[in-house]
Amino acid sequence: MNPQTVLIYDGTFDGFLCSVFIIYEQKIMSPVIRKESQTNNQLFTITEKVITEELKAQRVWHGFRKKTTRNEQRDFFKVFLSEIKGVENTLLSYMQTIFKKKLNKNIDFSNKDILKISQVARMVGREKHRMEAFVRFQLTKDQIYFSNIAPDFNVLPLIIHHFKDRYADQKWIIYDTRRKYGIYYDLQTVEVITFENLKGITATTRKNAYADDEVSFQKLWNTYFKNVTIKSRKNTKLHLQHIPKRYWRYLTEKNNI
Amino acid sequence: MLFERIQEKLSILADAAKYDVSCASSGGKRANTNKGLGNTTAMGICHSYTEDGRCVSLLKILLTNHCIYDCAYCVTRKSNDIKRAAFKIQEVVDLTINFYRRNYIEGLFLSSGIFKNPDHTMERLISVAKKLRLEENFNGYIHLKSIPGTSDELMRQAGLYADRLSVNIEIPTVSGLKLLAPDKKHEDFIKPMEKVKNEIIQYKTERKIIKSTPKFAPAGQSTQMIIGATGENDRDIMYSATYYYKKFNMRRVYYSGYIPVTMDDRLPSIGSEVPMLRENRLYQTDWLLRFYGFSVSEILNDTHKNLDLDIDPKLSWALRNLDLFPIDINKADQRMIARVPGIGMQSVYKILQARKFRNLDWTHLKAIGIALNRAQYFITCNSKDFFTKDVEPYVLKRKILKNSKSKYHKYYNQQLSLFS
Repeated sequence: MNPQTVLIYDGTFDGFLCSVFIIYEQKIMSPVIRKESQTNNQLFTITEKVITEELKAQRVWHGFRKKTTRNEQRDFFKVFLSEIKGVENTLLSYMQTIFKKKLNKNIDFSNKDILKISQVARMVGREKHRMEAFVRFQLTKDQIYFSNIAPDFNVLPLIIHHFKDRYADQKWIIYDTRRKYGIYYDLQTVEVITFENLKGITATTRKNAYADDEVSFQKLWNTYFKNVTIKSRKNTKLHLQHIPKRYWRYLTEKNNI
Repeated sequence: MLFERIQEKLSILADAAKYDVSCASSGGKRANTNKGLGNTTAMGICHSYTEDGRCVSLLKILLTNHCIYDCAYCVTRKSNDIKRAAFKIQEVVDLTINFYRRNYIEGLFLSSGIFKNPDHTMERLISVAKKLRLEENFNGYIHLKSIPGTSDELMRQAGLYADRLSVNIEIPTVSGLKLLAPDKKHEDFIKPMEKVKNEIIQYKTERKIIKSTPKFAPAGQSTQMIIGATGENDRDIMYSATYYYKKFNMRRVYYSGYIPVTMDDRLPSIGSEVPMLRENRLYQTDWLLRFYGFSVSEILNDTHKNLDLDIDPKLSWALRNLDLFPIDINKADQRMIARVPGIGMQSVYKILQARKFRNLDWTHLKAIGIALNRAQYFITCNSKDFFTKDVEPYVLKRKILKNSKSKYHKYYNQQLSLFS
């Protein structure tokens, strides 16, 4: 019997690609790829720690790019960002199918990995789109538009482009409270940021940080939102389908000000 | 800004604008130039949803709800006793910019009651758009309502600053219009549409030669019809919709179930139910015409004047044409697969790609995501197991209805239930 080989990587996309590299290099028969942060209690397995090397990662990605379209590459990255437990193994088996196949424009939606990739990529794509919609900026005294979000998937890398393009003339920060990092645009470039001692922030400090008119504009928005509803057509089920409750926390119009 | 006064105006003028269904922010493309504010992408974004489940993507308001007309179906009609208000141009600009910067909206949808005369009103709408574009360097989405009866020159100007223009035809038939809006003439609606259509055509030809030709209404034009206010049948409605799609290259025709807003003998009384299911069936038909390759006479004609409420229009068509089925999913062409009830365009695309690798069976089709509860009776695939019985359409319909649960069930099931 072939014992399973568990490859532990650092959680980055490059790290994952390096794991794939090692699997091919060492011809590992039944590999499992897992993040460092996920615990492993399995018996009878060989564990190997993957060291992330950019060059190796690039070689794998280069090979993958040669056999796929831009869309497939984008979907692949999206699925990685889904952070669904064990998604690395679906991605691996998908990559293996791709490396095996001859050049062919068509996509085999009857292959279960390919279908899965396209479905998960859609889920992540939907979350990305939701964040583009549900981010609510609040203007602070130092003229930075600030927003908290807590997306289901790690979509910050996917939305940078959209916000940079759209809000080119204002400074903004979008902070992922679940993954504890944010992106900051300083009118030139977008940088990844983290905050220290978040615990010190209370509701009052937050309120004092707002620009003078901020609360007034939030009130205006809520007034608008209240008045566009047509009461005789009320449809709570549909409403919740579009804005599930887990997103309400960060939506101005769903909170009393 | 005097926030309290603005807040009051906003509540009046947003309330009056909400019966306009269009909230699309898609279909146009406008890049952010010189580090200005905003952009418009082909996708469009719904930033929020109202409690009735409609998308909120634009700041949709009237400039004013003062109006010289007395159209029976309209809340802002002259004879209706309601609070009136009017925004200043700068107020609308400030609201739009500040909402946009906070990522609340994709842009502005500005309409208005008609004060003084059509041209005067249109001029004010245009100056809002102009200010946004030229002074604020705003590249977000702007939808302006074309006021019926506006002169050609003003329509041209409007198209230079707006992404979309629309005239709401409101009443699908000329006779209905005469009855409910006696002051308005059918030609007044048609003229601005015609102008916008011609300008767009001209823009497209000129652009081929001179790339820097200024954009003209890149997201095209749309219109809206009220459903269930006068006695038209679905055939009348869809035939006029088709007419507007073809004649004026409309991007969209919207159907809006009539919501009783005033007491009037000519209209359904206040409190009568909004025909939401009918509206939904009309939209389904609209989609079949625009994306599925159906022609309107296949779905609605002299023998079939109204859409079925209990089943969708595609299924209804299929039941009337059972002789065309079943089709082999592994051989049929795209056009035919798109006509199978329960298969949407996304699935059509997946089926066409997947079947190049192997013959598909029920498991594949299920995984791809087609609605087998309807589709299974109309297709064969790589399996010996399929529906073979030769049955009457109504038997099949009953069978399908029995095995599926529609969210609209309560609307057409008139039978009283014993325990409710």
